[in-house]
Amino acid sequence: MITKLKELFKSLLLIELLQGLQVTGRYLFARKITVQYPDELTPISNRFRGLHALRRYPNGEERCIACKLCEAVCPAMAITIESDQRDDGTRRTTRYDIDLTKCIFCGFCEESCPVDSIVETRVFDYHGDKKSDLLYTKTMLLAVGDKHEAQIAADRAVDAKFR
Amino acid sequence: MLKIEIDGKEVEVEHGSTIIDAADKIGIAIPRFCYHKKLSVAANCRMCLVQVEKFAKPLPACATPVSEGMKIFTRSKSAIEAQKSVMEFLLINHPLDCPICDQGGECELQDIAVGYGGVKSRYLEAKRVVVNKNIGPLISTDMTRCIQCTRCVRYLKEIGGMMELGLVGRGEHAEITAYVDKSVASELSGNIIDLCPVGALTSKPFRYSARSWELIHRPSIAAHDGLGSHIEVQVKNNRVMRVLPREKESINECWISDRDRFSYEGLNSVDRLTTPMIKQNGEWREADWKSALEYVANRLKVVAEQDANDLGFLVSLNSTMEEGWLTKKVARGLGCGNVDHRLRRSDFRLDGNFQGTPWMGCNIPDLQAMDRVLIIGSNLRNEHPLLTTRLRNAVKMNEAELSLINPLDDDPLTPVAHKVICSPNDMVNILLQVLKAVSGLQRLSLCLCLPSSLLKTLESVEVSEMATRIAMSLAGHGTSYDLVSPKVGVFLGNITQYHPRYAEIYTLSEAIASLNGATFGVLSESNNRVGLNLARALPQRGALNARTMLEQPRRAYVLVNVEPELDCHSAQMASKALAAADFVVALTTHKSHALRDADVMLPIAPFTETSGSYTSMEGRVQSFAAAVKPLGEARPGWKVLRVLGNLLGLEGFDFDSSEQVKNEIFDGVKPSRVVWNRLNNNLSHLLEITSQDKSGVLQRIGEFPLYQTDAIVRRAPSLQKAGKNDIAFAAMNSAMLENLGLEAGKTVRVSQSGGSCTLPLRCDERVPDACVRVPVCSDTVALGDLFGDITVEAIL
Repeated sequence: MITKLKELFKSLLLIELLQGLQVTGRYLFARKITVQYPDELTPISNRFRGLHALRRYPNGEERCIACKLCEAVCPAMAITIESDQRDDGTRRTTRYDIDLTKCIFCGFCEESCPVDSIVETRVFDYHGDKKSDLLYTKTMLLAVGDKHEAQIAADRAVDAKFR
Repeated sequence: MLKIEIDGKEVEVEHGSTIIDAADKIGIAIPRFCYHKKLSVAANCRMCLVQVEKFAKPLPACATPVSEGMKIFTRSKSAIEAQKSVMEFLLINHPLDCPICDQGGECELQDIAVGYGGVKSRYLEAKRVVVNKNIGPLISTDMTRCIQCTRCVRYLKEIGGMMELGLVGRGEHAEITAYVDKSVASELSGNIIDLCPVGALTSKPFRYSARSWELIHRPSIAAHDGLGSHIEVQVKNNRVMRVLPREKESINECWISDRDRFSYEGLNSVDRLTTPMIKQNGEWREADWKSALEYVANRLKVVAEQDANDLGFLVSLNSTMEEGWLTKKVARGLGCGNVDHRLRRSDFRLDGNFQGTPWMGCNIPDLQAMDRVLIIGSNLRNEHPLLTTRLRNAVKMNEAELSLINPLDDDPLTPVAHKVICSPNDMVNILLQVLKAVSGLQRLSLCLCLPSSLLKTLESVEVSEMATRIAMSLAGHGTSYDLVSPKVGVFLGNITQYHPRYAEIYTLSEAIASLNGATFGVLSESNNRVGLNLARALPQRGALNARTMLEQPRRAYVLVNVEPELDCHSAQMASKALAAADFVVALTTHKSHALRDADVMLPIAPFTETSGSYTSMEGRVQSFAAAVKPLGEARPGWKVLRVLGNLLGLEGFDFDSSEQVKNEIFDGVKPSRVVWNRLNNNLSHLLEITSQDKSGVLQRIGEFPLYQTDAIVRRAPSLQKAGKNDIAFAAMNSAMLENLGLEAGKTVRVSQSGGSCTLPLRCDERVPDACVRVPVCSDTVALGDLFGDITVEAIL
């Protein structure tokens, strides 16, 4: 009898509803955590593994020497390299493709690179209209590197003592 | 036998063997750099130091002979410490450029450093830098990487026969170098790439193009000389990237010649024919296989219906047995007997006189065990680069006496005991002298077996001193010591086989050989000469042979992988015959200027892209599979011929694999069972030796240069760049130059049977009197026979 009365009062006085609204109210006045992407960004680690880039030396010379270690280590076999001797006698790639649809962003390529040429940048918001747009060629990767070089270099500098 | 113990394992080894041999025998790995089983022991890298009981210091395993009861520890504390120290020492000056080093991934230093190297370097001082040497178009050098193991130096000296590299300086200043301004010109130089344990010597054509771990290894058989070397074709993305030797002790040991190693460049040449082509109104037009083959079948049928004898089938010396067999089958099906593969011969008088297929007469390693060897008419290093090392070994290890009867005095890079350098015309004469001298030395009963006509000819022969010496040598009387029953070999080289009096030379050589109880053999002029003979790609009795087919022009020709003017005995005759023909169909791997008179070109696959079989000069039938897919629309030759047979409506062309074709060649029996019965160098009757030809003033000595042997080699740019390839010249000795009033270095007009060309004249003392050496190449296609009268005149 008593329990039945208690339930009657509870439902008449909307106590459970108010309890629920309490949570809503708390979040209504609390500091917001929603980030207004793309106007705002969440903080990104300097070790973030995003879009790949091929770097250059300060004098403009590409770093990659076509050792093919990244190609060999890539677990998804996303990298394709062809190499040849450039006219000045140095060892260079004639083709450097990363198939981003295959890539699992494990970062092994970056880790294996003896000249810090292939790196993964903080860029994660790239897209392609077609699937084939996600096959990044050497020129595209170098362009990414050129665009973000300052950030890439800063990130490597921060991480240098841990490597 | 000695009993020793290595790491607690007992092993019995022969007297005089070293610790490293014993360890290798039971599979205990001792690290090494300078030691190589085929080279002399240098013991200069010190990597193989091991601990031996009762010795205070570690000993080098490669240079320490074992003794009874020796106890060796390869993994003891002191051994490992020694090995680690040596490793650290070697790495002091070795650059850390593995990522750009072509050896990376197949580097002995890398491998051993993983096991014995330290974690980090203690060496902070500057590393030494050594200037790179340019040693030719085949081998690229990075001398800073060199660890001075001297394998390359010892190889070129001991196997290559010529010390072209050396170690100069001491200590930190020691470096490997060639003679000033000289490159490494050995025809076997490529092997130093394999020998180099680091990346100091790498392949120039292969440079930076692929990594060892990307390559798929496919076994194959070498296609450029008669040895039948085992090779490994390394492939990436359906493209042959490089060729390496496969170890086969009884054939190529662990080496291959440069021709076999670098010819792969010709496979990827821009000249490759990738689609069938038909010539219409003088213009080449691409066609599909169906229409091209139907066109060919119809045209051939028309000719065959009128007179099948108006057809001529020429098969190249490099074709597979299957291609030879099917060509013969197509010809016979059309009722034509004119099939031949002996394009470079000119003397066919022995046809029908052989008891079997001529071959080398012995196995390849047997050559090494011979005591007396007579080579007749061979430019050994050009014709058989690797076989020559066996001869070199025979002379060096077995103290064999090598005699030569040759129209060219090219150095085989081994001591020659007796040699006669004579004009090609005199060869028969010299052999008659040797035969007479031999018959004076051998038992009377043997000599009486010679036919009376020959004995009569011999009566009038005057024996020269050198002929006597050669005969004495063959009979066992040596310069240093005599042998009662020497192992003797008499071998005929390419020059003999192309000689206009081959039949007589063959007869006389056979007689000389049999009087001495010698092995008698014909060194194969190409990778598959024996095989094509076994496959009967030969004219039917009474039909035309390779020469008469061109001498009496046919209406239609079928060329299987032939570049007529570069592959035939007489370039002039071949071009004329083909130009006059109504219809020429060429099954070819490459487009070629030599095929300008063809009407249809059908692309067939070279040896890396087809399955098939080659028979080496020792009669070994070796089948191989395709290493890569045929380029473009090209198809394996046997398939093309099979379909052609079907389209012609011939019986017995239902083959699904080259294996089935091979089975048909050998009547379904395993080749090794029957091949030995079919190989035979004996003649059924000795030929009459006719009196000497009258010779003109000047004789041509024609030859196929080292890197002009077949279409693939001709299109390998690095080989073409390699030293020996300035091939367009006419060479005479200084006496002849003076006689004719000519001057070396000038351009001269060389004329032969109506055709002429201009060539630079050279003074070359290796050429005998009354002779001029004019090799076959694209500049000399206007000339005629390889041997014969020729005129050389100054251009005013």
